[in-house]
Amino acid sequence: MSISLLLLLVAAIGVTGYVGGNRRAQALAGGRLSSLHSRPGYYGSLVAIWALLPAIAVLLVWIVASPVYIGSTIRSGFPEAVQAEPQATQNLNYNMVGAIARGLKLLTPEERATISADAAAARALLSSKGVPLAADPAPYMVEAAQNLDRMTTTSRMIVTVLVLAAALAGAVVAYRSVAPRLRARNRVEGVMLAGLVGASSIAILTTIGIVASMLTEAVHFFSMVPAWEFFFGTVWDPRFAAAGATDSSGQFGLIPLLAGTLYIGFVAMLVAVPVGLFAAIYMAEYASSHFRSVAKPLIEVLAGIPTIVYGFFALASVGPFLRDISAQLNGLATGSYASFIQAQSVLTAGFVMGIMLIPYVSSLSDDIITAVPRALRDGSLGLGATRSETIKRVVLPAALPGIVGALLMTASRAIGETMIVVLAAGVAARMQLNPFEPMTTVTVKIVNQLTGDLEFTSPQTLVAFALGITLFFITLCLNIYALYIVRKYREQYE
Amino acid sequence: MSQVTTSPATAAFKASVRPERRDIGLRRRYASERRFRLYGLAAIAFGLLFLFLLLSSVVSKGYTAFLQTKITIPVEFSEQVIDKDGERATDPKVLMTANYPVVARNALAKVLGVDPGDRAAMREVGGMISDSVRVQLRDLVVADPSVIGRTVDVAILAHGNVDSAYKGQIDLGVDEKNRKVSDRQVGWMNQLAETGALAGHFNTGLFTNGASSRPEAAGLGVALVGSLYMMLIVLVLSLPIGVAASIYLEEFAPKNRFTDLIEVNINNLAAVPSIVYGLLGLAVFVNFAGFPRSAALVGGLVLTLMTLPTIIIATRAALKAVPPSIRAAALGLGASNMQTVFHHVLPLAMPGILTGTIIGLAHALGETAPLLLIGMVAFVADVPATPLDPATALPVQIYMWANEAERAFVERTSGAIIVLLIFLILMNVGAILLRRRFERRW
Repeated sequence: MSISLLLLLVAAIGVTGYVGGNRRAQALAGGRLSSLHSRPGYYGSLVAIWALLPAIAVLLVWIVASPVYIGSTIRSGFPEAVQAEPQATQNLNYNMVGAIARGLKLLTPEERATISADAAAARALLSSKGVPLAADPAPYMVEAAQNLDRMTTTSRMIVTVLVLAAALAGAVVAYRSVAPRLRARNRVEGVMLAGLVGASSIAILTTIGIVASMLTEAVHFFSMVPAWEFFFGTVWDPRFAAAGATDSSGQFGLIPLLAGTLYIGFVAMLVAVPVGLFAAIYMAEYASSHFRSVAKPLIEVLAGIPTIVYGFFALASVGPFLRDISAQLNGLATGSYASFIQAQSVLTAGFVMGIMLIPYVSSLSDDIITAVPRALRDGSLGLGATRSETIKRVVLPAALPGIVGALLMTASRAIGETMIVVLAAGVAARMQLNPFEPMTTVTVKIVNQLTGDLEFTSPQTLVAFALGITLFFITLCLNIYALYIVRKYREQYE
Repeated sequence: MSQVTTSPATAAFKASVRPERRDIGLRRRYASERRFRLYGLAAIAFGLLFLFLLLSSVVSKGYTAFLQTKITIPVEFSEQVIDKDGERATDPKVLMTANYPVVARNALAKVLGVDPGDRAAMREVGGMISDSVRVQLRDLVVADPSVIGRTVDVAILAHGNVDSAYKGQIDLGVDEKNRKVSDRQVGWMNQLAETGALAGHFNTGLFTNGASSRPEAAGLGVALVGSLYMMLIVLVLSLPIGVAASIYLEEFAPKNRFTDLIEVNINNLAAVPSIVYGLLGLAVFVNFAGFPRSAALVGGLVLTLMTLPTIIIATRAALKAVPPSIRAAALGLGASNMQTVFHHVLPLAMPGILTGTIIGLAHALGETAPLLLIGMVAFVADVPATPLDPATALPVQIYMWANEAERAFVERTSGAIIVLLIFLILMNVGAILLRRRFERRW
C-alpha cells in the first residue's frame, strides 16, 4: 500500500474518530450540554488526536529507520570481495541493486525467473521496461535485488498493519474514555501548546542545523587543509581537480577573498551611508508629511527589488557605462582612448550595492532619529540654534549609538550580499588597492565552488563550507553587537 | 514705568551713534542651513534617480522580449525530404529524424525566389530560421502525418539574429562581416516584412517554453512552474509554523532562558546572509536527507527556513497590536487562554499576518543565491510534473540568461526581470490593499 493511501486511511480514521467522539459526548450529555466538562467538539478532537498522532509517529520512525536497516542488511549480504571495495564503489553497487529492485516490480514472474538464472540478460530486459542500468549487473546483485524487493514488500506490509493498528487502537481507547468528567479541553489544549512550542523551536533547530552542518563539513575540510593555511593564506588557487583525482592540492587562502569582500563593502558603504543618512535626516526633520508619504515608500522600493536585478543592472548598464566614460576621460586627458575602469570592478559592484543599501540605512536611521525626544530639539531651537545646527549638535549625537548600530547591520548585509558581486565583481582573487580592477568575495567563491558537478570529498568543494561558516560568524558578530547597541540606546529614553 | 522712560538726551544719543551690530554670523548660518537642507533633498533625489534609471534600463531593454518575430509562409511537407523511401508506416522513427530544417528552408527560399541550386544563398536563407523549427515541424507532422505531401501555412520562429535585426537592435552601419546578419538577409527580411509574412507576434513562448540554447526558443515556462511550486511549499509550511511560533512567543511563553534563546535566534536568523541557507540546504536536505538536487521541494524548504523569521516578526507585531481589552473580555467570559487566542486574537490579527506573509513570500520569490547552491542552475527543458523533478526558478533563470553571451539573451533577461517585477508589484499591491481594507485602528 502506498504511503499516500495509508495517510489517507489514517486521516479517514481520524475524521471518523472526531465525529464519533463528538456524538458520544452529546449522547452522554443527553441534551444537557452543561453536564459535560468541555464542549463536545473537544471530545471529538481528543479522539482524532489519539488516532492520528501515534500512527504518524510510527510512520515517521519507519520512514527514517527502514531504509537504513534494509540497506545494512543487504550490504552485509554482499560477497566478501565486494565488501572489501572502497566506500564509493560500494555505494554505486548498492544504487544499482536499488535500480534492479525497482525494475523487478515491472516484470512478470517468468521474466524474473530468467533474470535470476542469467544476470547478463537483466540489463537488456530492464531497459526495455524503461529502467536503464549503468552496467551489466553481477549475479550477486540480482540476488541482492530480489532480497531487497522482498524485504521492502514485507516491511511495507508490516508498517501498513502497524500504522492502521495504532490509529484504530488510539481511536478506540480515546473513544471509550469519553465521559462527562473527562477534561477533554485541557488535554487538547495541552497537545496544541506542545505543537506551538515545537513550531517555535524550529528557529533553534535551524540555527543548530546551520552551525552543525557547516562545522562538520568545515572540520572535514580542515582535516585536509590546515586551518592556519586557510585563515592566513594569501593565495587563493583551489585548482579544480578532475573528478576522482585525490592528489590535487590547491592553495586556499582566505585573505584575498576577505580583502575583496571588505573593499567592496567599504565602497558600498561610502555610497550608502551619506546618501542614506541625509535622506533619513531630511525625511525625519524637514519633509512635510505629504512629501514623506510619497518619497519614503519610493525609496523603500529599492529594498524590495531582488538583488539579481541589481546584479544585472550592474553587469549590463553600470559596468559598461563606467568603462566607456573612463575611456572618454582618458582620451580627453592623454589622447589614448583606453578605459581604465574595467566593466567588472570593485567600483561597479560597490556602487550598485551601495544603491541597494540606501533604503536600509535610511529607514533604520529614520526610526532612530524620530525616536530622539522632542524636548531635546525644542531646547536647542529655543536657544536660537537653526534647524541644521540642532540636528548636527543635538539630534545626531543623541542618535549616534543607534545609527552606528544601524550601520553595522547594513555592513553585515553588504558582506553577505551575493548576486550583485557574482555578476559584477569578477572572479579573480587578488589583493590590490585599485578600485577600478576586479576583485572577488567570499560569497562569489562559495557559489563558484558549489555550482557544477560536485564531489563531496574534495577540498575544492568542502572549502565552501569553511567560507560559509566564516561568513556566518562575521555577520553574526556584527548583528549581535548592533542589536546590543540599539537595545541599550533605546532604553535610555524609555 | 518711570524707570523705563528714557530722557530725550539719551534718545538723541542712541539715534546718533547706532550701536555696532554684533556679527553673530546669521547670514553664514542661514546659508549653511540651506545647504544642509539641499544635501538632504539631493540624497533623496539620488536614490529616486537610480530607482528610475534601474527600472527604465530594464524596461527599455526588455519590453521587446514580449514580441517575437515569426515568419508565416506556406510550407510544403514534401515526401521527398521527410520520408524518401516511404518507410513511415513500418518505422515511425523516420518521422522523428527527418530533416525538417530543410523543409522550412526550401519553403522560405521558394517565397523569396532564391535558386535552390545556389548553396551559399540557401545557407543564408536557412540562417534566417530558428533551429527550433526542427521540433516545431516534427511535432506538427507526428501529430498529423497526413500533412505530408500537402502545403500548409505555418508560423515559423525567425532566427534570433533576424529577430534582433527586425527590432532594430543590430547596428546596420557596422561592416557586414562584423555583424550577425548579412545585407542579403536584411534585404529578405524587409521584403518579407513588406508582404506581411514576417511580423512581430505576442511572445507566448516566453511563458511556456523551457530552457534552450537558442534565445528565440528559450522561455520561462519551467522557471515559472518551479517558482510556483516553491511559493506553494513556502506558503503551506511557513504560514502555519510561523503563526504557531509567534502565538507561543507572544501569548504563552514564560519569561525564561529558553524563550530568550528562541528570541535571539529568530532575530539573528533574520539577518543571516541568504547564501548560508543555501549551504544548509545542500548539506542537510540534499547531502544528508538525500532529497534530489535541483528539485523544487528542496528549494521550497530552504526558502521556508529563510522566510520564517520574517513571518514570525510580522505576526508578532500583528498580535501585539490587538488591544488587551479583547483578551480581558474573552477571559472574563470564561474562555481558556487557548480559546481566547484562537477564537478572538488570531482572527483580529489575521490581516496583519497575511500582509507580513505576502511580503515574506515576495522576498522568497526574488531570492537567488541559496537556489544556486542546491543545484537549480540547471538546463531543464521539460516542465516539472511534481516538486521532486528538476526545475529552475524565475530569478535563477534570470541569472543563467544574464551569463549568456548572445545579444538576444540580454533582451530575454530584461524581459524575465520585467515578469519577476510584475509579480512582485502584484504581491506588494495585494498586501497594501489587504492592509488598507482590513486594518483596524483601536
